[in-house]
Amino acid sequence: MRTLVRPAVLRTTRGRLVYWSLLVVVLLLFTIAFIIPLYWMVTGGMKSSPEVARNPPTYIPEEWHPGNYSDAWDQLELARYFGNTVLLIGGAWLLGLAVQLPAAYALSKLRPRFGNVILGLMLITLMVPATALLIPTYLTVTDVPIFGTNLINSPAAVWLPAAANAFNIYVLKNFFDQIPDELLDAARIDGAGAFTTMWRITLPLSRPIIAVVSILSVTALWRDFLWPLVVLPDPAKQPITVYLQRIADSTSLNMLIAGMVLASIPLVVIFLIFQRHILAGLTAGSLKG
Amino acid sequence: MAAPVTAPGKRAAGRRRRLTEHLTAYGFLCGALVIFGLFAWYPVVRNVILSFQEVNFVRGSSWVGLDNFTYIFDDPLFATAWKNSAVFTLYALLLGFGVPFVAAVLINEFRHARAYFRILVYLPVMLPPVVVALMWRWFYQPEGGLINEILGAAHLPTSDWTNSSSTALISLVIASTWANMGTATLIYLAALQTIPGELYESAELDGASIWRRLWHVTIPQTRFVILMLLLLQIVGTMQVFTEPFVMTGGGPEDSTVTVMLLVYRYAFVYNNFGAASAMSLLLLIFLAVFSAAYLRVTRSRQI
Repeated sequence: MRTLVRPAVLRTTRGRLVYWSLLVVVLLLFTIAFIIPLYWMVTGGMKSSPEVARNPPTYIPEEWHPGNYSDAWDQLELARYFGNTVLLIGGAWLLGLAVQLPAAYALSKLRPRFGNVILGLMLITLMVPATALLIPTYLTVTDVPIFGTNLINSPAAVWLPAAANAFNIYVLKNFFDQIPDELLDAARIDGAGAFTTMWRITLPLSRPIIAVVSILSVTALWRDFLWPLVVLPDPAKQPITVYLQRIADSTSLNMLIAGMVLASIPLVVIFLIFQRHILAGLTAGSLKG
Repeated sequence: MAAPVTAPGKRAAGRRRRLTEHLTAYGFLCGALVIFGLFAWYPVVRNVILSFQEVNFVRGSSWVGLDNFTYIFDDPLFATAWKNSAVFTLYALLLGFGVPFVAAVLINEFRHARAYFRILVYLPVMLPPVVVALMWRWFYQPEGGLINEILGAAHLPTSDWTNSSSTALISLVIASTWANMGTATLIYLAALQTIPGELYESAELDGASIWRRLWHVTIPQTRFVILMLLLLQIVGTMQVFTEPFVMTGGGPEDSTVTVMLLVYRYAFVYNNFGAASAMSLLLLIFLAVFSAAYLRVTRSRQI
């Protein structure tokens, strides 16, 4: 592929020299910027308590304590907080799909009266980021209108507001729009109801877009901090991120670092396994919207 | 039963069938309508209402006119918070905008190690922001922290970072750029790959140097993406909360108090939900303007 630099230049001695020296410099910069912090974290978690606080710091741990990681897992009760995180994210993801898939299907294929008005009202919410609505949404969760329940400290306080995601509905609807109506009509004629048509015909065809929407939702939930911080004041209900922030000042540094590394592992591993799909989904989601 | 169906009867049956279809469609939509009603549409309206009320959980809320706005305007931290959020956004644009663009242009020129660059730059995006903030708080320690250690080893001047009111804000921006630049870099990279190679070739025939090609081909060809990310970043960074909350708590000397941090304090520290709503209403209006512009840009690109 042709880019900024003329290909012929890269065949000259001077061009090659510049190319390789630039490549080495950028490789070094990237490695310093992104690998060293991670190395510092992982080894910091294996240092003894006095060594991690030492000035000047040691680049390579003098004594290796890999046992810190299992100690942190037990002492900080990380299993419980991982469990909370999985419950919050898993529930929000499933509820989100259960709400957004039928809504997008109805707006795309069933096209009820006022469907465009509803879609427009949903898209308007994209202009108002959830963070700016923190206070009214919080007060709504403390006393849900009509139902009159208080969801504070309940996982539903995270699940329900996360399901109101207009971006996902928009992306799914756009994808459903590409599926030819004839295909669905054929199923109708064979006697399939609206739900069966969606479940058996549309959803299997939509696996790629469901994967993209799922990745975006799970990543957003994983990164969210302020909302679980305010709606889950009970320490026993908090996800691992809120929990680590809460204990940061009362835990010894090497244990905290080990906990932080352990908390980061699941998503980093998922990313390394699925990186092709995640990176493709990221650029597709942003450029084609 | 075998009698031919009369025209009005047929029409009635057709209308009934349409009605059933509408009802089915609304059955599919009802979950979303309830959820959006309660957690998206109602909060927008309620934010406006709350700004003019005193919220009391025991006695109920009462109307107080513009008292909440007078309260926040009288708070000396009001101006500080907006100034800090604006400066944070400005720094974040200079760093978080320039660095990913340069990185993407460079990576796009390389014929080696591209996968390594892409994975590396996106890896921090997968870390929870709280972990990033706690980790940088530790790196920034003036004595024995990683950053000063690297700078010292390279014989560069060290700094007090988050411990000094003059450098605290920029320290947060650096940490935030480190964590988030992966997204922008990869989006730029994807945009650069859509530029037709002929444009570079013809610019070259006209005798344009590499810098002129960058200025006259690369930047205009990616201007949609540049504009989109610019607006997205303004919207994102004006809401910044996690970094100041975790790394500095707003200090030292209020130098990192941001708008959202002040909203949080009003509501969850001082228990003044009216003032918090008034403050977030102002933020909401500000963000809505930029989000509307963002939606216009992305829409116009599709057509």
